[in-house]
Amino acid sequence: MAYLFAAYAVIWTALFLYITGLRGRQERLAREVERLREAMGQEPGPES
Amino acid sequence: MTLLRWSARLPGAVVYGALLVGLFFAFIYAPPEAYMGQVYRIMYFHISSAWTCLVAFTVVFVSSLLYLLGKGDHWDLLAHCAGEVGLLFTTITLLSGSIWGRAVWLVWWTWEPLLTATLILWFLYAGYLLIRSAAQGDPARMRLSAVWAVLSYVDVPIIVLAVAMMRGLHPQTIEGFNINLDPRMTLSLFINYAAVMLLALYLLGRRVQLAKTAETVAALKERFRF
Repeated sequence: MAYLFAAYAVIWTALFLYITGLRGRQERLAREVERLREAMGQEPGPES
Repeated sequence: MTLLRWSARLPGAVVYGALLVGLFFAFIYAPPEAYMGQVYRIMYFHISSAWTCLVAFTVVFVSSLLYLLGKGDHWDLLAHCAGEVGLLFTTITLLSGSIWGRAVWLVWWTWEPLLTATLILWFLYAGYLLIRSAAQGDPARMRLSAVWAVLSYVDVPIIVLAVAMMRGLHPQTIEGFNINLDPRMTLSLFINYAAVMLLALYLLGRRVQLAKTAETVAALKERFRF
């Protein structure tokens, strides 16, 4: 049973790390977009 | 591409619900296995991830081919994103399989055909992602990565053949095109596969959205010289 638990823990951890990584990249891009908007003199966009 | 647009709008709650249904079938509905007991339940996510990564790499293959045939840069973008998702599920397949192998064969790894071919697949597509990431928009390097992806696909039919025909330590749950499982286990397997494919589509949709946004930002920076 320990191996069963370990396998699913590894699976969910891998998925969690990937999804967290995607979110991190998305947030960095959103900040970049805001920076570009401000530099172009536009009104800040809605919070993403 | 309609499927991609649909997957980009797929709510996370639907995917989580599908995975929960899969877990119910894997842990509650499916009976214990005669020799392996409860530990065999790793199979449901392990096999589902393996099938999903093969589908993902098929998408990489077709997309890279279309890109090389000049059908548009968006095919290269799709190949890159599908490659990432495919590598994720290949990693899950190898790690879950290793743990299952330790429980049943008492070894973390053995150099039998199917495991070896899958490990090679991991390295081939990790290499593809490295080459593609280093391309930095250079068309020659992007073409090189697409050629690498197309050539790497040769390992996929080897894996399919290894499952269907080669004898090794790996459980012969699939022989030829027959599945040697209790009907409840077979149903649970296909439900889990559907849930994992839905998850893969969801991740691919989100990854493609991210890539398109990154391209737009890069183009804006280039245009306005930021």
